[in-house]
Amino acid sequence: MTSTPTAPTRTPSPVETGTGRSVGRPLDRVDGTAKTTGAARYAAEHPHPGLAHAALVHAAVTRGRITGIDAAGAEAVPGVLAVITHENAPAMKPPPPVSVLNLSSLASGSSVNYLNTDEVHWNGQPVAVVVAETPEAARHAAGLVRVSYRELPATVDFAAEEGNAVPQKSSALQSGGARKGDAEAALAAAPVSVDLRFTTPPYHHNAIEPHATTAVWDGDRLTVHEGTQNITWLRDHLALRFGVPVRNVRVVAPYVGGAFGGKTMVWAGTVLTVLAARVTGRPVRMALTREGVYRTVGGRTPSAQRVALGARADGTLTALIHTSVTQTGRTGGLPEQATSQSRHLYAAENILLRQNLVELDAVPNTPMRAPGESIGTFALESAVDELACALGLDPIELRMRNEPERNPVDGKRFAHRMLREAYALGAERFGWSGRTPEPGSMRDGGWLVGLGVASAYHPSWQMPANVTVRLSADGSVVVRCGFHEMGMGGATAQAQIAADALGVPFEAVRVEYGDSDLPSGPGAGGSAQTASVAASLLAACEKLKGSLLALARRSGGSPLRGRRPGDLEARDGGLWAGPAGPGETYAAILARAGRDSAEAAVGSDTRVGKVTGQLRFMSKLLRDRRRWVKAACGAHFCEVRVDPDTGEVRVSRWLGVFDVGRVVNAKMVASQLRGGIVMGIGMALSEETLVDPRNGRIMNPGLADYHVPVHADVPPIDVHCLDVPDPTMPLGLLGVGEVSVTGVAAAIANAVRHATGRRVRDLPVTPDKLL
Amino acid sequence: MRPFSYVSAPDVATALRAVADDPGAKFLGGGTNLVDLMRAGIEQPDTVVDITSLPLAEIGERPDGGVRIGALVRNSRLAAHPLIRARYPVLSQAVLAGASAQLRNMATVGGNLLQRTRCPYFYDRTAACNKREPGSGCGAIGGFNRGHAVLGVSGACIAAHPSDMCVALAALDAVVEVESVRGVRRVPMASFHRPPGETPHVETDLSPDELVTAVELPPSPTAANSRYRKVRDRASYAFALVSVAAALEVRDGTVTGVGLALGGVATTPWRARRAEHALLGAPATEESFRRAAEAELAPATGLPGNAFKIEMARRAVTATLRRLLTEGSPA
Ligand SMILES: Cc1cc2nc3c(=O)[nH]c(=O)nc-3n(C[C@H](O)[C@H](O)[C@H](O)COP(=O)(O)OP(=O)(O)OC[C@H]3O[C@@H](n4cnc5c(N)ncnc54)[C@H](O)[C@@H]3O)c2cc1C
Ligand code: SF4
Repeated sequence: MTSTPTAPTRTPSPVETGTGRSVGRPLDRVDGTAKTTGAARYAAEHPHPGLAHAALVHAAVTRGRITGIDAAGAEAVPGVLAVITHENAPAMKPPPPVSVLNLSSLASGSSVNYLNTDEVHWNGQPVAVVVAETPEAARHAAGLVRVSYRELPATVDFAAEEGNAVPQKSSALQSGGARKGDAEAALAAAPVSVDLRFTTPPYHHNAIEPHATTAVWDGDRLTVHEGTQNITWLRDHLALRFGVPVRNVRVVAPYVGGAFGGKTMVWAGTVLTVLAARVTGRPVRMALTREGVYRTVGGRTPSAQRVALGARADGTLTALIHTSVTQTGRTGGLPEQATSQSRHLYAAENILLRQNLVELDAVPNTPMRAPGESIGTFALESAVDELACALGLDPIELRMRNEPERNPVDGKRFAHRMLREAYALGAERFGWSGRTPEPGSMRDGGWLVGLGVASAYHPSWQMPANVTVRLSADGSVVVRCGFHEMGMGGATAQAQIAADALGVPFEAVRVEYGDSDLPSGPGAGGSAQTASVAASLLAACEKLKGSLLALARRSGGSPLRGRRPGDLEARDGGLWAGPAGPGETYAAILARAGRDSAEAAVGSDTRVGKVTGQLRFMSKLLRDRRRWVKAACGAHFCEVRVDPDTGEVRVSRWLGVFDVGRVVNAKMVASQLRGGIVMGIGMALSEETLVDPRNGRIMNPGLADYHVPVHADVPPIDVHCLDVPDPTMPLGLLGVGEVSVTGVAAAIANAVRHATGRRVRDLPVTPDKLL
Repeated sequence: MRPFSYVSAPDVATALRAVADDPGAKFLGGGTNLVDLMRAGIEQPDTVVDITSLPLAEIGERPDGGVRIGALVRNSRLAAHPLIRARYPVLSQAVLAGASAQLRNMATVGGNLLQRTRCPYFYDRTAACNKREPGSGCGAIGGFNRGHAVLGVSGACIAAHPSDMCVALAALDAVVEVESVRGVRRVPMASFHRPPGETPHVETDLSPDELVTAVELPPSPTAANSRYRKVRDRASYAFALVSVAAALEVRDGTVTGVGLALGGVATTPWRARRAEHALLGAPATEESFRRAAEAELAPATGLPGNAFKIEMARRAVTATLRRLLTEGSPA
C-alpha cells in the first residue's frame, strides 16, 4: 500500500469501523425465497386486465429507406389489433442530444426515432410493431408484414474499417489517451520488447431475462414495468419522448433478471411497447425473443488492439504502448475505453495510450460488464505475460517489479492499492511455486497443463443517490431508494448497512427499491450502486440519529439530555453514551415525544434539488478525480488443461484474490465475483457474436449458437477478498460488480501459453487456434 | 408460428393414413427440432401428427444377437439401456454427447435421425439458402462456415449433418426400418441420408409419408470395443466440430475388425470406408491410424472458415483409435 489519506476527525461509528453486527456477515439475500419460489414478478409477469401483446418486425436490409409496407396479411390474422409502422404511427419526440448537465440524456440506446422515420440504420432495426390479443398471434402476424426497401450502401465490416478509425474523444466520465515521455523511441531502444496485436470479437450480455416491457396508460399517466438498470433515465426518457410531465411516468422494476449493462439504455422494444399501448388504448406487453434482443439491443464492441512493451533485462518497463480500435454505431453507442487499465497498472517510464473509433451501420454498442477493462486487460495482461516469457522472468515477479507507487500516467495518488498483497496471498493459496516455467512441462495423463495469472482492475465510482430512512416506534426501519436489484443483493446489503448505522437488528430493516416513486437512486452501473446508496444512506442515518437526539434533548427526563452526537453510540435499538453509559431506545425517545416515527432524507427530488444534486455530483467527481485514483483490483490464478490432439481447452482450477475494499456481505460478494469469472471464461473460450461482414447481420442470435459457458465449463472457483476498506469511498467500498471479469481472458490465454507454448491473441481461444 | 392443426395418432395405421392423405402434414416426435423450426418459420406444416403414443418405444434383443430399437425410444433411455451400453458402447456415448439432458429426455430416435442442419443461414429466413429455398444460393459458402462440412459437399450446399447418434449408427452398420401405407422397407444407414448434390433440400431416402418405426443393430463383436469422441467449442451442449465413432478389434497386433464414422465434418453421417479399408489387416499402430485418417480426409475440401476441420479430424481419428487400443471402451 502507498500513501494513506487523512482519516475523518469525528469518532467513526460501528458501521464505519466494521464492528457492527450486520455488515460483513454472509447473510442470505432478502429476496432469495421470492426468487427461488417464483413469487418474484419480473417485467413480463405483471397481469393486467385487457392486456395485449406486441411483437417487432425487424429490417431485413442493413441500410436504406422503406419504400412500402404491406400489412394486409398481418392485419388479417385473427386477434390482431394494430400493425404500427412509420406510415401510421403517432409522432414521438426524437431522443434528446447528450448533455453532461442532464445525465438522463445519455439514456437513449440509439438516436433513431423508431417508426417515425422510413430510414433503416442497421440490419434488424425495428420497422413495425404488431399488437394482438396473444403473443402467438402477434409474432405470427409480425412474420407476415411485407416490407420493401431501397437499399443504400452500408459499412459493416469492422476488420475492413479498422484503417479508417479516428481518435476517440475523452470526457469527464471516460478516460481517453495519455502520453508520458516518448514511448515509441523507448520501445525501439529497449533491450527486450514485445509488440503484439490482439483482437476481441463482439459479445452479447445474454441476461437470463430477455428484455420485456409492460406499459399501461391511464389518460396521460404511464406506468411501465421493465427490468431496467436505470429507472430515472427510463422515466425521464419516456416522459420526454411521449410529451408528458416526468411526474406522470412511473417505472416499476423490483426485479431485474440480470442485465450486465444491456438494460442501462432505453432500447426500441421499450419505447415501442409504450407507443403500442398509446395507439391501441390497451395495456401492452412485449417480451422480446432472444433473437429480438440481439437485433435491437447493443452488445460489446469488437476490438483490435496493439500492446507493445519495452523493458530492461531486469524487467523494468521502459515503454508501454496500448492502442485500440473499437466501434460505435452510426446512430449511437458509447466509445469503449479499452486502454483504461493501462493508465494505472504499470510504472512504465514512457507511456503512450491511444483509442480510436470506427462508426458502423450496426445496432449501437453499449456497456457490457467492465466496458473497456474487460477487453483491455486481455491485451495488456497477455502482453505482460509474453514479456515475462521473453525475459525469462516469472510473470508475477515481472508485475511486482513494475508495481507503481503513484499513478503512472500522471503521478496522482492511489487512494488504496493492494495488488501486491493480492498476488502474494494468491500465489500461496494456489500453489504457484509448484509451476515449472517451461511451456508444455506440466502434464496430467494425456492433458497438457498450464498455469496462468493476470491482474484485474476496475475504477471505482460514486453517483448521486437520494435516500430516506424512517424509524417507527415499533423499532422497524424503512429505507427508501429507487435503486436496482439485478441479482447482486442490493437490498440485503443496504439493510445490513442501515442496521449497523442505526444499531438495530438486520431483520428490523426493510428496504424499498426498484420504483421511480421512491427517491431517485443511482443507475446500476460502473460497479457504483452499493457505494453510492451507502453514502446517502449513512448520511441519512446520521441525520436521523441527530433528530432523534434532538427530540430526546428537548423532552424532560431523557438520559440523553446534554449529550452531544459525538458522544453517542447507536446500538441495541437506541443511542447510548459509550458501551456502559446511559442512553435509551429509539422507541422510548419517540414515545416520550408522542411520535409514531421519525424520518430523515438525503437529496431532493424536486426539480431544483435534482439540478443541484447533479451539479454537486459533477464537481465532486472532478475534484475527486484530480486528487485520487480509486479502483478495485485483483489477481487471477488459473489452471487449464489442453488436449494436445484436438486443441480443446478446459479450465480446471480458479482462484481470484480481490481488493474490493470492505466486504458488506461475503456470500453475495463471492457470488458476484464468481459470476464475473464465469463470464470471463465465456469471453475467453467460447463466446462470440457472429456478424456477417457482408451485411452486418448477426448470424447466431440465440443461446444454441452463442456459446456461454455451461456448468461443465466452469471449474470450482475459489474467491478471496482482502477486505480492507478504502479510506476515500463510502464505507470503504470499491465496487464488486465488474472487477472480476477483467483479466480473466488473459489469465486463460496465459495459462494456454504455458501449457502449449502457443500465444493466442485473438479471442475466443477455440480449439482450431491451437491445432 | 403459423397456425396448424394437431392430431395425436393412437396407432401406426392412423398415423400413416393421416400423413398419406395430407401432403402438408408432419410427424411430431419429441418436437425438439420440429417445433424450433416451426417457430423460426422454416417448417410450416398444416397438420402435426403426434406419434409419441405409438407403441414403438421398446428396445429388444433380436434372435441373431442384434438389437432392435423402437423409433420412439427417447434418447436418454437409449443411452442408458444395458444392452446398448454393453454391446454398443459407442452408441450410448454418442447419444450422451448430444444436446442436453432435458433435450435428450424429449428427443426420439426417429426424430434424431431426421433432425435438420444447424447452418445459421438455413435458420435465417432473410438469408440465401438452397436447402430452405432451392435456387436461392448458399449464404454459408461466402459467409460463416466454421461449423460446416468438408466431406460430401457440393457447390450448392455445405451444411454439416448435426447428429451424434447417427454417426454411431453409421459406424455400427445400422438399418432403418420405415413404413408407409405402401408397406415396410429397410434402409441401411449408408443410404438413409443423402449428400446435397444439386438438391440439398432432399436430405434422406424417405418419402414424406414414411414413418421410421425402428432401427436395427446387427450383432457385432467389434462393437463391444468402441468409443465416441466429440470435439466441440465447450465441454457440453454444443454441436460437434469433429466427432469420431470407432469400433476396433485387434488380434496379435493386427486390426481384424473396424467400424469408423465421422460427424461434424460431413454433409451426412460419414462412414469412413477408406480409413476402414486402410486399417483392416494393418498393424494396430499409431502410424497405421494416422495413415488411415489421412486416406479418409484426402478428398476433403475446406473453406477459410472450416479448413481446420481436416487436420482436426485426422488427429481426432488417430487419437480415438489410439485410445481404443490402449484403454478399450469407456467404463
Ligand atoms: C439446443 C439444442 C442442442 C442440440 N444439440 C445436439 C447435439 O449436440 N447433438 C445432436 O445430435 N443433436 C443435438 N440436438 C438435436 C436433437 O438431438 C434433436 O432435436 C432431436 O434428436 C430430435 O428428436 P425429436 O424426437 O425431438 O424430433 P422432432 O423435432 O419431433 O422431429 C424432427 C423431425 O423428424 C421427423 N420425425 C420425427 N419422428 C419421426 C419418425 N418416427 N418417422 C419419420 N419422421 C419423424 C419430424 O417430422 C421432424 O421433421 C440439439 C437440439 C437443440 C435444440
Ligand atoms: S450450407 Fe446449405 S443449409 Fe447452409 S446456407 Fe448453404 S445451402 Fe443453406
